[in-house]
Amino acid sequence: MNALLKIEDLHVNVGETEILKGVNLEIRQGEIHALMGPNGSGKSTLAYTLIGHPKYEVTKGRIEIDGVELNEMDPSDRARLGMFLAFQYPVTIPGVKVADFLRLALSNVRNPDRKEGESLISMREFRTELRETMKQLNMDSSFATRYLNEGFSGGEKKRMEILQLALLKPKFALLDETDSGLDSDAVRVVSEGLSKLAGPEMGVLIITHHERLLEYNEPQFTHVMLAGKIVETGDASLAHELHANGYDSIRKRHPEEAAWEEQQQETAAK
Amino acid sequence: MEISEAEFAVTTADGFEAFLDSRNEPEWLQQKRRDAFALYEDYSKKDLDPEEFRRLDLRLFRPNDYRIRSTGDDSSAAGQFNNLMTERGEFAGQVAHIDGKPVQSQVQAELTEKGVIFCSLAEAVENHPELVQKHLLTQAVQPDTDRFSAWHAAFWTGGVFLYVPRNVELTQPLHSLIGLSRSGTADFSHTLVVLEDGARATLLEETSSADANAAGMHMGAIELIVGAGAHLAYVQLQTWNERVFHFAHQCGRVAQDGSLQWTVSALGSKFSHVHQDVMLDGKGANAQVNGVAFATDRQKLSYYTRQAHKAPHTTSDLLYKEVVRDRARMIWRGMIDVDEVAQLTDGYQRNDSLILSRDARVDAIPGLEINADDVRCTHAATAGQVDEEQILYCLSRGISRQEAMHVIVEGFFSQVFDRIPVELVRHTLSQTVQEKLGFGLED
Repeated sequence: MNALLKIEDLHVNVGETEILKGVNLEIRQGEIHALMGPNGSGKSTLAYTLIGHPKYEVTKGRIEIDGVELNEMDPSDRARLGMFLAFQYPVTIPGVKVADFLRLALSNVRNPDRKEGESLISMREFRTELRETMKQLNMDSSFATRYLNEGFSGGEKKRMEILQLALLKPKFALLDETDSGLDSDAVRVVSEGLSKLAGPEMGVLIITHHERLLEYNEPQFTHVMLAGKIVETGDASLAHELHANGYDSIRKRHPEEAAWEEQQQETAAK
Repeated sequence: MEISEAEFAVTTADGFEAFLDSRNEPEWLQQKRRDAFALYEDYSKKDLDPEEFRRLDLRLFRPNDYRIRSTGDDSSAAGQFNNLMTERGEFAGQVAHIDGKPVQSQVQAELTEKGVIFCSLAEAVENHPELVQKHLLTQAVQPDTDRFSAWHAAFWTGGVFLYVPRNVELTQPLHSLIGLSRSGTADFSHTLVVLEDGARATLLEETSSADANAAGMHMGAIELIVGAGAHLAYVQLQTWNERVFHFAHQCGRVAQDGSLQWTVSALGSKFSHVHQDVMLDGKGANAQVNGVAFATDRQKLSYYTRQAHKAPHTTSDLLYKEVVRDRARMIWRGMIDVDEVAQLTDGYQRNDSLILSRDARVDAIPGLEINADDVRCTHAATAGQVDEEQILYCLSRGISRQEAMHVIVEGFFSQVFDRIPVELVRHTLSQTVQEKLGFGLED
């Protein structure tokens, strides 16, 4: 049976401020969902909350995968359960080789009960898999021996995220603006990469302002977020419409959330 | 065979005289020791340099608690050590000391035939007195530097001697172990390396404790004398237990076009205060100094480095990287000195520290003193903390928090590991760092 990621009435605070105000969402393995919405509506907050970023505090509601609650779970355990975030701004870890990092990550995700210091997946098996995956994504093999994200261009960083996605094969992949800040060639590369990976084994949530990623990876569901809530859900045509016309019509249809948004922006401006 | 045990106090005239009597040594050496002890007594009446000891509290160091032992507990003693390298490496020779007493000394016959000497310093005094007399505490470490150098010069006991004749090249490394075994032991080991012109050698030295709880003191000295066009790679892996007080004067001298690559790893001891000097004496001499320090719990490690350029066209490149955790403290004071004659010198020093906990502290104090006008000298010091976003990134890929710390710390050290040419050393350092990361992370 396909795994189910279920988010119920999720409220999330950053410090004293409530950012998510009751999010409901269900994603099944094999489905592609798009999450759109204006800046500050809470899209990235949702992504970070799902992977367990300590800055985001769940004050109410529930996150679960196949009935297993994730609310209090360590980010590392969530990853081992099949959750993955392609970061909007991946960090640099100086001195750590891409291949060493990936081997460690893969060893844990493949063997979720692995403890610190226990053996890693065999070097030979790993090298073969890494080489093939990089080939599939048209990545130069020299990536593997570079230090993680050190001196990488924006496009290279995003491709590194896609490479990790390809290797770790999560049940649920969250892509936080993976297409932002890239030139059109780079967007195409990343979009094609994702389309090769998304399949019946992966549920995907694409957070985006743009349409390009969605052209290659047509969503079955499009959700619109406004002021910390998902206010509308439609199909791919909703994504096209929002891309063409912006969020004004959404605000009109949801005056209460639009008012919150305005309030929030005023507070932020002060 | 039972040998009666003798112990010597290391601070009193009575202790010193008894110690002298127990040594079957030539008169020149005994006189050298007497001179040094007189210096030690003079220095002991004076205050320590207030600037140097401003950050170092010696009140917990009670030298009367330690004794030199004339006989060591050498029953398979070398086997008790966590001597990380010997299990994996292939060496051209090995010398080991436990509690100041030589317990092992061997070197490949073909090296002996070429004139290479690798043995305990006591053996060298007996068999090669002229070489020892010429080099011991004459050119590199000076007994009259301070209380600690004089103290060492009076009491030095164990230690290793390496001599490589002109143009002889050693391809395999040599290994030396200086171990402390029984609680309350004072170790005064001395390392003396002499490379004649054009010689090449690699010496890996470990200082280590057999028993994690045995208190001890080490009052050491290292002298590395590199001839013209010679090349020495010297690595010291310091993994004393956290009840050892470690003092040392270490000095390398490099003649014309010679090169010295010196790697120090400071991982153990309760308290360390080390002077590490490189002196570039000849035109075109070069030194690379690498430091890897990792202090945890309440360890206090102090390293004073000096790169002295005494001739034109000399180059020095120092990179120290340190990680501190818990309530540990690291002090690094670095100095580049350039003499008036040392034109076209290129001196570089860099110190990076990574601070893993709020109560840990690093003082990194770089310094330059330049008396020539056509030189390039640069220094840099950075300090930072582990970024929570880096940890989160690792966690989000299924890596545990502890492993994430290890990944980040090892990455931090990799820049200095990458400069170490011996794979065995890189591997050993990496493993030691990993072991050290393995405890105390839960709180």
